[in-house]
Amino acid sequence: MAMKFEKTGEGAYMLDVCGYVCPHPQIYCKKSLEKMNEGDVVEVILDNPSSVETITQMCEQVGHEVLDKKTEGGKIYMKIKKG
Amino acid sequence: MADQENNKKGQIWAFLITGIVILISLLYYKANIYYMYLVAYMWFGFAYGMMLQYGRFCFASASRDLFAAGVPRMAVGILVALIFFSLIQATLASTNMSTFHPAPFGIHTLISGMIFGVGMVLAGGCASGSLYKIGEGNGTSFLAAFFGLCIGQAVFVDVKWFNFLIPQKWVDSALAKGLPADKMTSSFDTYLAGYVWNQPTLQMSHTKAISDAFPGALKYFVGDSLLNALIPATVLLIVIYWVWIRKGFMKKRAKQKGGATGFGDELAGLWNMITASKRTTLMGVLIGIVAGLHIFVMKGLQIKFGVGNFGQLLTRMGHTGDVSIRGTVFDPGYWYITSQEGQLGAWILEKFGWNMRDNIFFGINNGLPEPWRNPALWMSLGIIFGAMAMARLNNEFKFKLPKGELIAWGLIGGLLMGWGSRPALGCNIGAFFIRVAGGDPSGWLYGIGMVGGAFIGVKFFNWWSERKMAKEMEAF
Repeated sequence: MAMKFEKTGEGAYMLDVCGYVCPHPQIYCKKSLEKMNEGDVVEVILDNPSSVETITQMCEQVGHEVLDKKTEGGKIYMKIKKG
Repeated sequence: MADQENNKKGQIWAFLITGIVILISLLYYKANIYYMYLVAYMWFGFAYGMMLQYGRFCFASASRDLFAAGVPRMAVGILVALIFFSLIQATLASTNMSTFHPAPFGIHTLISGMIFGVGMVLAGGCASGSLYKIGEGNGTSFLAAFFGLCIGQAVFVDVKWFNFLIPQKWVDSALAKGLPADKMTSSFDTYLAGYVWNQPTLQMSHTKAISDAFPGALKYFVGDSLLNALIPATVLLIVIYWVWIRKGFMKKRAKQKGGATGFGDELAGLWNMITASKRTTLMGVLIGIVAGLHIFVMKGLQIKFGVGNFGQLLTRMGHTGDVSIRGTVFDPGYWYITSQEGQLGAWILEKFGWNMRDNIFFGINNGLPEPWRNPALWMSLGIIFGAMAMARLNNEFKFKLPKGELIAWGLIGGLLMGWGSRPALGCNIGAFFIRVAGGDPSGWLYGIGMVGGAFIGVKFFNWWSERKMAKEMEAF
């Protein structure tokens, strides 16, 4: 298990924090967004349900946009656009 | 299609888990009516587990998510629960149906809270949070609960390792209590008998000022609920809004209105913060109510069976080996985590030949019942079952074996939680939530310590994750 933060294209990133429990997913998500430019999009992959609640509220408060959220095979995929 | 199938599987699992809990209840009923006391604990645990899982309710995330991500969801949920619980506590106290008792007040509560606070951030969940996450299949939480809360706590109360920290006056004071020498052998015993028991207890309704000014039932509502819980909780909600939410909300509001904002907008902002996570706030309300109902039911059962402690019922049933020399077992009469895990740890260690009854904690106060006759332990198991049923219903159950760094965080965090819960005689539930709602200001002292500890834990994780992020970003 290792955290992965990769640049997947121009202005596109992927953060994989599967296996991690609170508070790691939300901390890594916040830090990833801090490293990105406005308008960039990150796909966050996680499997800790309570972190999703926190990340969603964090985005709403700060002004990031959650473009998509889906669950597949026990993993949660969130697409977030930095605001 | 796959989703539908998973939903169906989840529902079957949830029914199966609930069925097992019903079956356990029936078996106990058949064995002896006195076990209904134990069954009541189990079902309240089941209800807590369902609510905790659904609301993602964890005291660790209250301060942690505020400091780490600026999200007040959980802090708000806990304060809402506290408000409702304190009102019910006051109602029960005024009708003599409360099982609440205040704890010795002193600096130890603050220090203990701080150790626990660091632990819960490292472990990824508080004491009850770790239990509900076990119900979600989380292996790190299992490590924290088993090695920290169970084994770590049991060892902590039974060893002499901390004698070098004990001043002579504690030793003298402990000896003067005249307790049986064979039940007072550990560092924790000397700390308990020589220091903690000498500290005053404080309950707002029992202070002279409050009981003189508000005689009768009103003293519980004014002293315990209003002064000790409602006002501080409301002030905290306003502070959280002011520091973390207000700026962003008012900016949005001004943009929407295209002009100046006023007091009405501030109130809207506060309300918006409270309702931002509906499931957490709703569960906060429900948890507050159920925790109050739990006290009512346990007190009712005590009256029905004519006892003040489950140890008396165990003795009546002939299980004298389960109880302490006072004839008691750990039976808080309300939501409480950690002491029962310590009992399970001690029970396991006894199987390896460790004498766990030669101390005050098990030998004199809490007894060491077989796990299947331990009422509070059934509450903890109920939490796991309830959370598992809810997680299965929502397709959120997943076995996650602890790997890599999480093993270290789970073990260290669990140990700190176990050790941090003992000196204050409780954890985030017993030493904070229950005490604050019951009118005992020492609950706030524990809470302040816990928040301070969480801040340290978050600082550490921030540093740790920053290092890892920098490494990841070397590639681009």
